[in-house]
Amino acid sequence: MSNSILRVENATMQFGGVVAVDNLSLEVNRNEIVSLIGPNGAGKTTAFNVITGVYAPTNGAIYFKDQLITCNYPKGSMKKLYAGQNAGMYTKTIKQTPDRITKLGMARTFQNIRLFKELSAFENVLIAKHMHAKANIFSATLGFNYKEEQAMKEETLELLEILGLSHVKDEIAQSLPYGQQRQLEIARALATKPELLLLDEPAAGMNPQETKDLTAFIYDIRSKFNITVLMIEHHMDLVMDISDRIYVLDFGKLIASGTPEDIQNNQRVIDAYLGVPDDGE
Amino acid sequence: MTLTTFFQHTLTGISLGGAYALIAIGYTMVYGILRLINFAHGDIFMMAGYFMIFSMASLPWQIAIPLVCILSVALGVAIERVAYKPLRSAPRMSIMISAIGVSYLLQNLATYLFTALPRSYPEIPFLKKIFQIGPVSASLVTFITPLLTLLLVVGLMFLINHTKFGMAIRAVSKDFETAQLMGIRLNNTISLTFVIGSLLAAVGSILYFTDRMSVTPFSGTLPGLKCFIAAVLGGIGSIPGAVVGGFVIGICETVLVALGYSTFSDAFTFILLIMILLVRPTGLFGEKIIDKV
Amino acid sequence: MKKSTKIICSSILFILVIAFLYFLDSNKNQYGMAYSVLQKGIIMAVVAVSMNLVTGFTGLFSLGQAGFMAIGAYVTAIFLIPTEHMEGVYYISGASPVIMTFKGWLDSLPAWFQALTPYIALLIGGLIGALFAALIGIPVLRLKSDYLAIATLGFSEIVRAVISSPQMDTITNGSYGLKKIQGFSSLFQTFAIATVCIAFMILLLRSTYGRAFRAIREDEIAAEAMGINLFKHKQLSFIVGSFFSSVSGGMLAMFMRSIDSKTFSISLTYDILLIVVIGGIGSATGSILSAILVTLSKEWWLRFFDNPLTIGGFQIPFFRAGFRMVIFSVILLVIVLFYQRGLMGKNEFSWDRIALQFVKLKNINKKVAKEGGSKNVE
Repeated sequence: MSNSILRVENATMQFGGVVAVDNLSLEVNRNEIVSLIGPNGAGKTTAFNVITGVYAPTNGAIYFKDQLITCNYPKGSMKKLYAGQNAGMYTKTIKQTPDRITKLGMARTFQNIRLFKELSAFENVLIAKHMHAKANIFSATLGFNYKEEQAMKEETLELLEILGLSHVKDEIAQSLPYGQQRQLEIARALATKPELLLLDEPAAGMNPQETKDLTAFIYDIRSKFNITVLMIEHHMDLVMDISDRIYVLDFGKLIASGTPEDIQNNQRVIDAYLGVPDDGE
Repeated sequence: MTLTTFFQHTLTGISLGGAYALIAIGYTMVYGILRLINFAHGDIFMMAGYFMIFSMASLPWQIAIPLVCILSVALGVAIERVAYKPLRSAPRMSIMISAIGVSYLLQNLATYLFTALPRSYPEIPFLKKIFQIGPVSASLVTFITPLLTLLLVVGLMFLINHTKFGMAIRAVSKDFETAQLMGIRLNNTISLTFVIGSLLAAVGSILYFTDRMSVTPFSGTLPGLKCFIAAVLGGIGSIPGAVVGGFVIGICETVLVALGYSTFSDAFTFILLIMILLVRPTGLFGEKIIDKV
Repeated sequence: MKKSTKIICSSILFILVIAFLYFLDSNKNQYGMAYSVLQKGIIMAVVAVSMNLVTGFTGLFSLGQAGFMAIGAYVTAIFLIPTEHMEGVYYISGASPVIMTFKGWLDSLPAWFQALTPYIALLIGGLIGALFAALIGIPVLRLKSDYLAIATLGFSEIVRAVISSPQMDTITNGSYGLKKIQGFSSLFQTFAIATVCIAFMILLLRSTYGRAFRAIREDEIAAEAMGINLFKHKQLSFIVGSFFSSVSGGMLAMFMRSIDSKTFSISLTYDILLIVVIGGIGSATGSILSAILVTLSKEWWLRFFDNPLTIGGFQIPFFRAGFRMVIFSVILLVIVLFYQRGLMGKNEFSWDRIALQFVKLKNINKKVAKEGGSKNVE
């Protein structure tokens, strides 16, 4: 059995005439922490959206746990417009929707936090467990699924405890401080019991201490929950510290991949994104 | 059906379509700028009918018609200021409920003020004169409606595409905040949109009711919905689209009535709506909006 | 508040309500107005909660309630018009032979079964409404909220057009409507049916599916990312809501004893929307309270607005027929503009909240007494 949990092959995402992601190939193995970095507008979140089924790629294939889950090739009006590579490579079309992707075992967080604003922290996480509920609408309404419901609630409490959010479980999500909202997003994604977790800028807006805590927490996720992590991030200290491997995107194209040392010394990456350290450092 | 009858019906259809087109423009412009289905637009159309009844009772038509236009515009702008402006940042459902509320209010107000009994629409003598062109005969108003519609639409397109005001409207339709940052007076631009929409509704109302006997407080509901569907058919946000949609619906409705399915002519329009929304939700001339995730 | 105290309070409330209903029922003739208005209010409560389920809790702006009520009403009416009156009611073209055979079969069933006819009629009405909801849901639920509103409104109008068309004369009696519909045996029957319906909906909203609905309302994209199949859940909400809208339509037919297509115009949907907005979009108990209040006001208490009023020989202007509805429209707009949360916002009725109010009041009293005392001393 191969160790690969996610393999993206030649994925191109084109909106009208704009190529947002150009022939991206990447691979994530079980229990790795892999980062996807690059300047703003490089196509990182679009790549996430393609992987999680929000968009169907214009061209390319995606494998999850070695099973082909997504595949597409330029059709119809896109045939003429297609500006990417490998146009003839794929002949099948398999599309996913985000809920099916989550059910397969892949969960995600959002760049701009998409919590259920007016619901409590507890409800936010509990809702993520609905997909595991086996009861149909009648049994659920009439309460025949009491045991299942109790189990879901207990698991939710445990998860909130692990993330240190127990004391705010009844607070409305919108009223929580920013850092806790980000944590709640992660808690919610974890509640779906994923094997692969896609984090979109989890450290955005955090101060150095919070970023440190987050680093420790991501290590924890990997070991405690046995989860693989694919992360988009701009905080370079976090990225270099925690990643096993890094992929660098610029203008939709993959310009480098490798270990943190490789990337730090890669001239293309330095020119496009990292820059050179100041003399004072 | 004889050729004459065919032409007759076509003419009626085009005439009805013209009136619908004018009203549909109001819907499409307001939706383009506020993303709101102005449920009250059909009722402004209805109120314009009543304004005419009361103006013509004591004034000659030369004064009554401009007066009706002024009153309708005032009503439209007032509605926007009172019921829509405060809700600009509220969730979409709230502003739609407000529009429904205004529609409800206007209908009940009309029932209260004028009773629910039909009131006969006054005759503007020269408009009702029957003319004969070739094999078809109809009142003057039937002939001039499509012409007037096209004239007004051409004028409107010029306004939208070649004047500062038009540019302001287009800018605000694309992006509220940025337009404001660029120095566009948001409230004035929105009010201008309602002025245009209500004015066209008033004209449409005159053309529509002249050939009909009477006005009731509910005369605006069905035409209003149909004209919204016309706007959707043409592509919501697109003025030429609304015009095309108006004519299409006007002609189809007339054809159905001519073929004897008058009870279904209303239902047909709604079935048409559901089909458009399924097959091509952006309508004939509309543009696709992509949600950023 | 302790759970046992809550249960005691709820039980007392329940007993009071039953006692009140019993009183009204026994003195039907004396309190005719209160009786019938309350009955209508209870029926409106069912449809208001069903509309809130779809619109308030799931975020699907559906304006098709009148259409579903019409479906439920006509189906129930066909069941409940006594067979001997059928020819009389369908005086234009006669009743369809299929319906007459069906009625004949119904009459041949044992008496104990026949006693259940109203319940079965309502159930079948609801199921047929649910079937229509499932069918139109497929195209319509994919639409954005604005278009969904218009599409469902359109559906409602199509139903009305079809019902009143001459082609349907033998089934619906076209535009002449149906009459001599058997009514409720008592206020308790109305109350019992309504309680069952509303209880089901409230339990649904408290279940995991109810939470999924709320997730869809809050953020569709996030809900989908959390594994909730949007279409399936929107369908579920829409079907269940429409089922109960149709049942309430059937109840309305039983209440009014005669119906026609005009009963189910768009104004009816707007009336229900008014009730839901006043009660609070997202509060089921709010809808119940609001339905009773609004119906009582509209049909009874505010009727005095419609009649000329003279005080001390001076006629107050404005008071004549139709003023009541103008007042209502203004109230709706005021609430939408200034009190968007309605009576109860997104909160449900709870004893805890009431207890909290008492505690607050007590503290205010204490505070006032303290301050007043010290001031006196000086």
